[in-house]
Amino acid sequence: MTDFLFQPWPWYVAGPIIGLTVPLLLIAGGKMFGVSANLRHICASCNIGNVDFFNYDWKPAAKWNFTFLGGSVIGGFLGGYVFANPEPIALAASTVSDLQALGIQDFSGFVPDDLFAWSSLGSVTGLLVLVLGGFLVGFGARYAGGCTSGHAISGLSDLQLASLIAVIGFFIGGLLMTYVLYPIILS
Amino acid sequence: MKFTEYLKYLIIGIVFGFVLMKSEVVSWFRIQEMFRFDSFHMYGIIGVAVVVGIISVQIIKRLNVKDVYGNAITISPKDPSQVKRYLIGGTAFGLGWALLGACPGPMFALLGSGLTIMLVPILAALAGTYTYGLLRDKLPH
Repeated sequence: MTDFLFQPWPWYVAGPIIGLTVPLLLIAGGKMFGVSANLRHICASCNIGNVDFFNYDWKPAAKWNFTFLGGSVIGGFLGGYVFANPEPIALAASTVSDLQALGIQDFSGFVPDDLFAWSSLGSVTGLLVLVLGGFLVGFGARYAGGCTSGHAISGLSDLQLASLIAVIGFFIGGLLMTYVLYPIILS
Repeated sequence: MKFTEYLKYLIIGIVFGFVLMKSEVVSWFRIQEMFRFDSFHMYGIIGVAVVVGIISVQIIKRLNVKDVYGNAITISPKDPSQVKRYLIGGTAFGLGWALLGACPGPMFALLGSGLTIMLVPILAALAGTYTYGLLRDKLPH
């Protein structure tokens, strides 16, 4: 009966639920679905150096957004810990062999243990993935005015041309990293 | 701040985080697989989510659906003439998305699942956001 809580969910189950987040937030209080705005609100809440971009009344926007973000952390705890799937992810064989050729050995969890461990902060590869990767996500999301949720889901749902341009950018960057830069970083 | 007023956002957030984990969208491996075009999984999720989103937004607009407080729902349009902003910013984001294998939502959901190392990319993302704020006037938009 509760088996489905432990099993991975296929795209045709997850896709509609993620899509419904957009109208649910609009109807719940006219809110636009977007996660990276939280990062801006956190910067605005401490605004070291009085940067103009962070001088705005962040509290009204942050209240619902931080609550939603806190919910996502709890959802992550429930879905990834309490109801964790004990099996490794059923990845495409070609991806596994490509990654093995790049030196990835652990395929048991959501992320490769070789890279996502505190000890990997001692290696150049680990620092690039965790620190530079995180930095570019934060910098790029604000530069583009949104991330996967704000542009790829919310913006495209509202047929915004700007979001389509941003998503094309996401793929230019993603493909460049996957095919050109990552093989150098992992070598 | 009335807690009950915010309970709905908490619940929607919990469901969102739960689905991110169950659908493995949070996985570095799934992002690698997506950018290698080796599986339909991620495209199916984003594609269906967008279709459901488009239909929902069209219904809200055409039927003038109000929010729970009775206010008209307005979506502020983004300015598509700022092509440089979306293309360069988007490319920077894409480089980070593929490198880290996680975008902002999954970063926080993974932290909740007990992967404490995600605190490092979250702090780095805050530094990236702050850096954009500092350099904003000097960047092409």
